[in-house]
Amino acid sequence: MPVLIYTENAAGKFKKSTFEAVSYARAIADQTNTSLTAISVGDVRADQLNLLGKYGADKVLNVSNDKLKSFVNQAYASVIAEAAKKESADIVVLSNSFSGRGLAPRIGVKLEAGVADGAVALPEISGDKFTVKKTAFSGKAFATVQLTSAKKVIALVPNSYKVVDKPAAGHVEDFSPEIKPTDFKALVKDIIQSTDKVSLPDAEIVVSGGRGLKGPENWGMIEELANLLGAATACSKPVSDADWRPHSEHVGQTGIAISPNLYIAIGISGAIQHLAGVSSSKVIVVINKDPEAPFFKVADYGIVGDAFEVVPKLIAAVKEYKGSA
Amino acid sequence: MKILVCISNVPDTTTKITFTDNNTQFNTNGVQFILNPYDEIALSRAIDLTEGGKGSITVINVGEVNTEATIRKALAIGADDAVRINAKPHDAWFVAYQIAEFIKQNPFDLILTGRESIDYNGSKVAGMIGELLDIPSVSIIKKLDVDGDKGTVEREIEGGKEVLVIPFPFAAGAAEGLAEPKIPNMRGIMSARTKPLMVVEPADVKTNLEVLSYETPAPRGNVKLVPADDSAKLIELLHTEARVI
Repeated sequence: MPVLIYTENAAGKFKKSTFEAVSYARAIADQTNTSLTAISVGDVRADQLNLLGKYGADKVLNVSNDKLKSFVNQAYASVIAEAAKKESADIVVLSNSFSGRGLAPRIGVKLEAGVADGAVALPEISGDKFTVKKTAFSGKAFATVQLTSAKKVIALVPNSYKVVDKPAAGHVEDFSPEIKPTDFKALVKDIIQSTDKVSLPDAEIVVSGGRGLKGPENWGMIEELANLLGAATACSKPVSDADWRPHSEHVGQTGIAISPNLYIAIGISGAIQHLAGVSSSKVIVVINKDPEAPFFKVADYGIVGDAFEVVPKLIAAVKEYKGSA
Repeated sequence: MKILVCISNVPDTTTKITFTDNNTQFNTNGVQFILNPYDEIALSRAIDLTEGGKGSITVINVGEVNTEATIRKALAIGADDAVRINAKPHDAWFVAYQIAEFIKQNPFDLILTGRESIDYNGSKVAGMIGELLDIPSVSIIKKLDVDGDKGTVEREIEGGKEVLVIPFPFAAGAAEGLAEPKIPNMRGIMSARTKPLMVVEPADVKTNLEVLSYETPAPRGNVKLVPADDSAKLIELLHTEARVI
């Protein structure tokens, strides 16, 4: 009963979060003394597929069908569920990404499996008891859930499990699933890539701005700092509500929840709704001119000062650090 | 066009989350419950789409009698009628199953949910309904327009956006940006009291997930403050101490 991992790609390449999920799935396979099969769907080059073995895939099922070139939820869910049945896999792992969130529930229903979305740690397995820790209350808490079904689907939150080198055979074979026309009712009309930017949920470093920046015209320094650090940019809710920045950058309870290694909050006071979305960041830096800002209470490092003075100095310091590194 | 908007009753966004009974129960003491903010966005878009007699909106909730205040709020905002499946919403699978059973008896063109509820954040109900009814589902939609018997949606994908054209019926999860949340006016509040709210008993279904316990994130140590004129010190600490750059 191998573990099956769906290895999501973006424009034909695997992202770090995919390798995290492979390492996570490998660890589950080891916990349950079984093997790991990966399934890749879409146009993925051989050198990319070969990387899956490096992180522990014993076997790689490669589906490259013209009809499956772009992501269609319903069709991909059918393909992955068919692979799970073919492999007799009891556990299916995927990334808790935008597409993973669309797939997990459909695969769960197809396999009559309980779905643990938002998983942040390896499952604990003892006898028949299978529990997973997951995010709850939009980052304000974690819940430990027990999956009582024979089959299980687990969606792993990006940046919550480390990529581990664990070479396995990684033998690539072609897999031709059944193509059901009824799975293709949704037609992809257009794909708008914004590949020049680091995607927010995957980013290891995030630089975020709030109302303290006074207006959209002042975001230049936020973007410059983010570029220097290879970071994604984000913002607080009042900023996206005022249309200073797009909604897709809003992190917080009603925006995107993120868990980067480093979160730098500039001019954000730290309302409870904002903290919910960023509290699982590993290190939090707060820059705010108000020493009483609630954000300082949950920060690891802080600078009390005016963003318009502090950020340019910080940019200069990063440049110097990069120059000497 | 018949639109079904699935709504959840969730703790207000300002709630400090605590637990009781040895961290096995969510402490609802003093907690204000609200219409899930994403469901409110879904409902608001549905109202825009049906404006001028172009369709009707039903809201559906799986919940016990205490959720009726939230259901009436949705009616006040502008839904035409409401259904409450009389059961505790055990988990996403239970909720999706109940709603799918209702839809099988009462077909809709468009089934909208929020992208996730702000309590369990599963993002599962729309996809599960889609699978149970064998219809398309899309999660995290930022735009939705309707033309005849199909919808055009824009959804978030890794590193970009995808535009899809989908024939009715389909299920979709609404995200921020889809619509401005609407505020009920006095006429809406008055009429909400008399709009139909049908109570339906739940279908029998086996659940496959149990919440065993909860925990809150580990508190952080005290903040280490760096002088405003010594940014280099911060970079040094992030490099040598925190090891994140």
